[in-house]
Formats: sequence, C-alpha cells, structure tokens
Amino acid sequence: MKPRVIQGRPVVRGAAEGEALVSAEPISFWGGYDYHTGEIIDRRHPLSGEFAAGRILVVPFTRGSSTTTAVLLEAVRAGTAPAAILTTGVDTFFALASIVAFEMYARVIPIVALPQGAFQSLRTGDRVKVEADGRVLLLG
Amino acid sequence: MLAGRHGPAVKMAMSIVLQMAEVYGAGELMDITAAHIDSTIYIGEAGLEFAERLAGLGAKVAVPTTLNVSGLDEHGWQEWPVPADWARNAHRQMLAYQSMGCIPTWTCAPYQTDLKPHFGQQIAWGESNAIVFANSVIGARTERYPDLLDICCAITGRVPAAGLHLGHNRAGDLLFRLVGIPPSVQRDDSFYPVFGHLVGRIAQDRIPVIAGLEAQPAEDQLKAFGAAAASSGTVALFHIVGITPEAATLEEAFQGRQPQGTIEVTLDDLKSARRELSTAEGADLDMVALGSPHFSLAEFRQLAPLLEGRHAHPDVKFLVTSSRAMTHLARQAGYLEPLEAFGGKVTVDTCILATPMLPPEIQTLMTNSAKYAYYAPGMLDTRVAFGSLADCVHSAVAGRVTRDESLWER
Repeated sequence: MKPRVIQGRPVVRGAAEGEALVSAEPISFWGGYDYHTGEIIDRRHPLSGEFAAGRILVVPFTRGSSTTTAVLLEAVRAGTAPAAILTTGVDTFFALASIVAFEMYARVIPIVALPQGAFQSLRTGDRVKVEADGRVLLLG
Repeated sequence: MLAGRHGPAVKMAMSIVLQMAEVYGAGELMDITAAHIDSTIYIGEAGLEFAERLAGLGAKVAVPTTLNVSGLDEHGWQEWPVPADWARNAHRQMLAYQSMGCIPTWTCAPYQTDLKPHFGQQIAWGESNAIVFANSVIGARTERYPDLLDICCAITGRVPAAGLHLGHNRAGDLLFRLVGIPPSVQRDDSFYPVFGHLVGRIAQDRIPVIAGLEAQPAEDQLKAFGAAAASSGTVALFHIVGITPEAATLEEAFQGRQPQGTIEVTLDDLKSARRELSTAEGADLDMVALGSPHFSLAEFRQLAPLLEGRHAHPDVKFLVTSSRAMTHLARQAGYLEPLEAFGGKVTVDTCILATPMLPPEIQTLMTNSAKYAYYAPGMLDTRVAFGSLADCVHSAVAGRVTRDESLWER
C-alpha cells in the first residue's frame, strides 16, 4: 500500500513513528493516564486499559483538569509518554507539556494539529510516521 | 527578560511563555495582575524537578500569587497512610513554590479567599474549577492555564494575549435551555453538580449559556456547577442568563451572535446524568468525602446541623477537605465540634485526589461532589456513589449507600 499523506500544523515540531491509538473522545491525563505504565485509566474513556506509551496517540483535545500537562511531563521523564500526539485544532495543554519536556529533558514529543476530515480517517493500529513539518504519513 | 537581564529563572519562564504565545497564535503578550498556581500538586519527580529548577535559579513571582492544593496536608498527613517518601517529595514541592514568594493558601477555591479577583481583572489561573469560577461567576479573565505555564506567567507577569483574556472570545457558543425542571429540583443542592456534569459532557470545549434557570443559585452551588462542567468537559467559562456578570440578557451572553446549537434539558436528561455519576448502588459504604472544591464556611454551616446528635457507622470514614483558612473560621464558628462528635475529620492543604491518603480497604466512596465522583473510579480505583449532602450523612450513619430519590424519581 502506498503511504497516504496528511498535512497537519506542527504545534511542537519533531519526528516520530509508531502505531496509532485513536479515539474521538477527548481525554484528561490527570486521572486518565498512569505515567508509571502508560496505561489509559479513565474508566469512562473508550481507550481505558490501552497502553499509549510509544504509540501515536490521536485524540481530539484534552478535557478537564489543568494537571494533564504535569502528568504528560512525568510520562516523558519516565519513558511512558506517547511517541507523538495528534489532535484536531491546537491543544495548548499537550503543547506546553512537550515544550517543558524539551526544556527539562531535551526529549521531543511532536504535537500536530490535524484537519477534521483527516483525523476521522485514522484508525487504531495504523502505522503512522510524523514528520517535523507536520506531515503525517500513513504507512499502512 | 528573554535576554537574561532579569536573571535565569525569568529567562526560562519567558522562553516558555513566548513559545506558548506562538502555540496560542498570540501576536503579543499582555500584563496580568494576579496568578493562581496549580503546579503545586505533586505528581512525581518531573514536576518536583521543574519546581526546584525554577526555585534554584532564584525565581520570584512578579504579581500576587495564590497556591492551589498541594500533594500533602503539611501538618496532618501522618494521621493517614501517606507513604513517607511521597510526603517528603510533596513537601519539597510546597517549599519550592513558597520560596518563589507565593502566598501559601493551599486551596482549590482561591475565589473564596480575601485574594479573590475582581470583575474584568486580567489574571493567570490554573486549576480547572478555579478557572471556570473566576471567568464565569466573577467575570475576571483568564485562559485555561495548564500546570507549569501558570508559574511561568506569575514569574514574568505576562501572558499571551489570546483566548479568554480577549472580550470577543468570551461569547457563548451553545444554548442550554431548561425545560420543565420543577423549582424544587432547581433549588436542590445536587441539581448543580448533576447539571454541570451534563453541560460539560455536551459542551466539551465550547462556551455554554444556560437559560431558564428560575432559582437564584448560591455561590457554592455555582462552584459545584462549574467544577462538574470542568471535569466532564473542558468548560472554562459559562454564562447563566440573568445571573452571571456577562449575561444580563441572552443577547449579551452570545454578544449578539447566533448560538451554534440549542440543547433542551429535561428532567429525564438530569436523571440520566445523575445516574452516570454513580457506580455503586446500595453497596456497603467505606467512606464519605466532601469538599471538592474545598469546603467553604457556608458549607460547614450547612453540614453542622445535619450531624448534630448523630454518629457515623464505625466502618465508615467521614472526611471533609478544605483550606486551612476556612477550617480555622469553621472552628471559630463552632461548626467543627458537631463534625468531630460525629466521627468526622478535616484534611487541609490537599484533597483525596491529590494525596495518597486513603487506606486500601476503601472500596466504596460516597460524595456530593461531581468532581470527586467523576475522578474517583479511575484515580482511586473505588466505586463511587453520588448523593446530596443529606444523603451522604444518612449513608455514613447507616453504613451503606442510601439516597432519597423522592425529588428525582417521581
């Protein structure tokens, strides 16, 4: 299969590759993400029980608590963060966590804002490559 | 500031603020005159390293800055099974933020302190329930500041000129119209967290406008509504027509624009939202937790007579979380004696979601807070029952979850 390309906006620039983990449901990392393991633990969320560590997390935006950023920073330090995060529109919480993670640990978690239609075409299990210019390649 | 002439802490904070200005799409920065810091919550080593990096670089806040809950009841944690290494780290994080010149309020309800902001004031607040209260009920202006950015704004005294700081971004998006909700339900305390939970779930990141509210809500009821809407959704600002300060009329709430949509809210919708908040029915009860957001003096006053002459079941822990200042006032007013005689306790500086204080045998928790009810199953791995304040007291006495359904199920 030829890779398809989605042009997103690079909110925090960086490159990553991994398996997509997709939900149309917004997420709070505070109370929703176990940074010790990378498991999604919001029992009301469709991705509950899934492990996002090292995967390309695709969610529309963050919901609820402003502590989501602190939890994602812990996950970066612990090595349990997603490899990249794709959202619809610009999610400032994910962006901030990524910016501070680079400041503190010189590790890059790319954050890309996707156009609405493109977001809906992604499925859990898709092999995805994220480029620094915001392009998202579907490898199959 | 970015050049480092104000020292390395200001340089680091300004670098983060400027990168975020680009993310927000803000062309410039603007001044703020107060801040509230949510980064105080101890999550782990990274947050502590961030706080101690700033403190070590000599960071000082540039504006009056209050502190949210911490990860520790500084003087009371030993009454609970809080691990000592957690307590040590959480305390180091408290000291780091205090060393930056912040005011040690240690509360998630800073809008119920002397330091509450005023209408139109530009502020940088963290903590979802505090943000939504400041914007909606007071009419102060803050973006939804995440942990780690709030302190950078406080250190620089600057924020990206974007989002809810700007008047034209504060117009309502979605209209919620209450239809046929009996006044007896509208006056009930549990109406507000239930309705907030429903509004948050539907509105998500849009600004809801509520019309058709016949009751005049008390401050603590608006607090409960906002906390619920900011848990199930991303609500940072709501308007209630005729009640909140930027919504004298429907037209003003929408700034003359058309709503993106209208949702009619019926009693059945509220009943189902109320059911969503409970994962435990009729179960043996291990604990009642009140005070998310932190209990106010008025809430202590409301609770005291319900407890008079009664005692909690020996198997049920009864806990109120509040601030030191509010607890001190409640003590002076005589509201803590009935609580202590009942077998209840108060924890200050933190809450059950922010510190690992609960013994492992706590499996079923009851609360009147939609925020506790929303987060407890995932964060504390407990079943949770949502009820009114009176339901919580009756259940604590009975040792099992009991709820008065007469208001909801007729």
